[in-house]
Amino acid sequence: MNFKLKIWRQADAKAKGGFEIYEVNDISEDTSFLEMLDILNNNLIHEGKEPVAFDHDCREGICGMCSLHINGEAHGPDTEVTTCQLHMRKFRDGETITIEPWRSAAFPVIKDLVVERSAFDKILQAGGFVSVNTGGVPDANTIPVPRDDAEESMDAAACIGCGACVATCKNGSAMLFVAARVSSLAKLPQGKVETLQRAKAMIAKMDELGFGGCTNTRACEAECPKSVSISHIARLNRKFLTAKFKD
Amino acid sequence: MTKIESRVPQGPITEKWSKHKADIKVVSPANKRKLDIIVVGTGLGGASAAASLGELGYNVKIFCISDSPRRAHSIAAQGGINAAKNYQNDNDSVFRLFYDTVKGGDYRAREANVYRLAEVANNIIDQCVAQGVPFARDYGGLLANRSFGGAQVSRTFYARGQTGQQLLLGAYAALNRQIAKGTVKSYPRHEMLDLVMMDGKARGIITRNLVTGEIERFGAHAVVIATGGYGNVFFLSTNAMNSNGSAAWQCYKKGAMFANPCFTQIHPTCIPVHGEHQSKLTLMSESLRNDGRIWVPKKKEDVEKLRARLKKASEIAEEDRDYYLERRYPAFGNLVPRDVASRAAKERCDAGFGVNETGLAVFLDFKTAIERLGKDVIKARYGNLFQMYEKITDVDPYEEPMMIYPAVHYTMGGIWVDYNLMTTIPGLYAIGEANFSDHGANRLGASALMQGLADGYFVLPYTIGDYLSHDIQTPKIDTNAPEFAQAEKNVRERIEKLFSIKGKQTVDEIHKKLGHIMWENVGMARSKESLEKALVEIRKVRKEFWADVKVPGKNEEFNQELEKALRVADFLEQGELMARDALQRNESCGGHFRVEYQTPDGEALRDDENFAFVAIWEYKGENEEPVMYKEPLTFEAIKVAQRNYKD
Repeated sequence: MNFKLKIWRQADAKAKGGFEIYEVNDISEDTSFLEMLDILNNNLIHEGKEPVAFDHDCREGICGMCSLHINGEAHGPDTEVTTCQLHMRKFRDGETITIEPWRSAAFPVIKDLVVERSAFDKILQAGGFVSVNTGGVPDANTIPVPRDDAEESMDAAACIGCGACVATCKNGSAMLFVAARVSSLAKLPQGKVETLQRAKAMIAKMDELGFGGCTNTRACEAECPKSVSISHIARLNRKFLTAKFKD
Repeated sequence: MTKIESRVPQGPITEKWSKHKADIKVVSPANKRKLDIIVVGTGLGGASAAASLGELGYNVKIFCISDSPRRAHSIAAQGGINAAKNYQNDNDSVFRLFYDTVKGGDYRAREANVYRLAEVANNIIDQCVAQGVPFARDYGGLLANRSFGGAQVSRTFYARGQTGQQLLLGAYAALNRQIAKGTVKSYPRHEMLDLVMMDGKARGIITRNLVTGEIERFGAHAVVIATGGYGNVFFLSTNAMNSNGSAAWQCYKKGAMFANPCFTQIHPTCIPVHGEHQSKLTLMSESLRNDGRIWVPKKKEDVEKLRARLKKASEIAEEDRDYYLERRYPAFGNLVPRDVASRAAKERCDAGFGVNETGLAVFLDFKTAIERLGKDVIKARYGNLFQMYEKITDVDPYEEPMMIYPAVHYTMGGIWVDYNLMTTIPGLYAIGEANFSDHGANRLGASALMQGLADGYFVLPYTIGDYLSHDIQTPKIDTNAPEFAQAEKNVRERIEKLFSIKGKQTVDEIHKKLGHIMWENVGMARSKESLEKALVEIRKVRKEFWADVKVPGKNEEFNQELEKALRVADFLEQGELMARDALQRNESCGGHFRVEYQTPDGEALRDDENFAFVAIWEYKGENEEPVMYKEPLTFEAIKVAQRNYKD
């Protein structure tokens, strides 16, 4: 297969970026999207040009390192996958593919397609944990947890922190990301204890870091590679309001 | 000769760890505040260690190459984590977990370390539950278990097919809590490029800021290496693209000895290679072998039709299928350890029964399980893995069996450590996959997570205190000292040298050449001949690298090609040590299979008389041969026997 690639190039955070057009040819349909970019970069290096910077690591859809807006969609046209799991068979031969970094005020561009996502770490540092130290905890089976609660907790915990929800939200809101963590812990007795405090602290931090508010457009849920449901946002909102009433 | 002392405590194996804990010194809270510790790596080992050390009151700095600690490759572990809770009442015990792990490692691990690992494993499960890790549960609300290879009990705890992710998020959350409290400072997108030694002790590191290219100095009273394994020497592996062995390798070059470098694990169930541009291999969790049955056709004519796509696997009659693991190993069947399953797959493919167009694949079939349990149960157990398989291969594994083939997955070898997890450099520790200690020549499934967290939560925080208790008078390490300046200068020169070559080959092209040599000659089957060949060829490629590599751009920028070049430069040295170690080990054990040493029915033939030792390598300088020392392995608590998974 042959493709024309329209890729966002930007030297660093301060530079003005712009699109450049490249061509890649003879790509097998079983090639992954990032392998296609590997091939492009290898060609660019041989041509004496600068390769395209993009974040990636595990290449099996779990580390959350890869990003990319592909033809206007976070993680590209396939559903329930990250960019690294996307394969070229999902594109038409000869197609022009537009590749951009995540676009969000809270995720500034570092270079080309690489963005800075440390804001997510900061939100979690504000309260995305259970306050227990190592050691001195009870036996794991001391508190039974209803199976459905554990399953729902796991549904939310599947979030990989890639940032697709923020990048796809017209408000640049991180509500799905925050909700996933708050909800996952709220469904377990061990995490429940600090729920209200956690919801307040994480939302305050999210606001402080320049993420937008949620207007329930559900765009985040649609683009989430792990299908984290916006029902978790509803739970987060309930916890947040309860916390506010208690204040 | 440097003294190699394992420092294994005296006494019966069941009492060694508690006795040792009672004997070692502790540091008072007031003094902990004055002591700095550097942790490199944020996987299960690094994150859990940094969090625990921060909680204790030390000043911790933690470094990772990713944009967030949560990206570390522990996150990709799928199947589970072992512990001898005996919740299933199937007669599991600490001793049984210990025994299975030593046996699984083909009697090449240090017995006392493994016993301690099995002992603290139960605490890990308690800790993770307390952190809010959503483990799978039964309808009664208690924790569920499943079986893994090399064990006849159900002791594996899991969170769907994302156990590593959930455990790492737990450790990362504990780490975040300490970062918020200010006891730990986090340095993401920083790569350690050298270890700094002062007066023979580890006193700091030199890093490169991966965003700006700035070379920075950090000092500490102790340094902990938690940077994982070196599987990416092979280019294609299940490791993440950025996983590398460089931090550990720089420590080796500074005097930390390297143990059993040839012990690499080839995982039996990975999605087969499809083409030359493939960048990595994807693992399909070992947990699939609970319900999946592995087979190849009995008849060559079926093989040919399958390869030509004239027939589907599902069309091959039951009596024409060779469930070779069940046939060869009736007692363990599809749940034999990884090394055994991998070799058996290779044996069938070498005999001409491999499927896929390449002939390098076998089937992993869920037909029987779906008939027995229903599609819904299988979906609940493995849904995400099935989805992953379908996305990559475009084949629906509910309808047609998966195709799998072995791939490089884990390195049991690593930096040599004593019982306290300290390397041969005082003040330098190595934990998790980065050290060599617990898995011998083969790691059992669901034991890597166990070891990473055992080291980080429950072992290192105790043992490092003993060392630091002698260091409370040492003031903050001065990074203006000449040792730091020299180390920084070396790093800068190495980087400049790479840019100055301006050759014709990209880093990836050379890395692929190395990977090819390693896989063909130092892979699943090794021989004196192949290893000697590898030694010559690796040197050739290394020369090629330093004469012809092309690294674009400059240091003072975000430069992924430079990152790769620095790592591949080290892989090119590491590969040679692996081949050298494999060549000296004239026996087959675990993941190390020398074709000259096998039983008449093709099983690994160990030589306990001559090779019951840890091979420990000391760096002697560029172009000098490294020197090998031996740590003898003695087994007091268990009887050494030939591994038998047949009956």
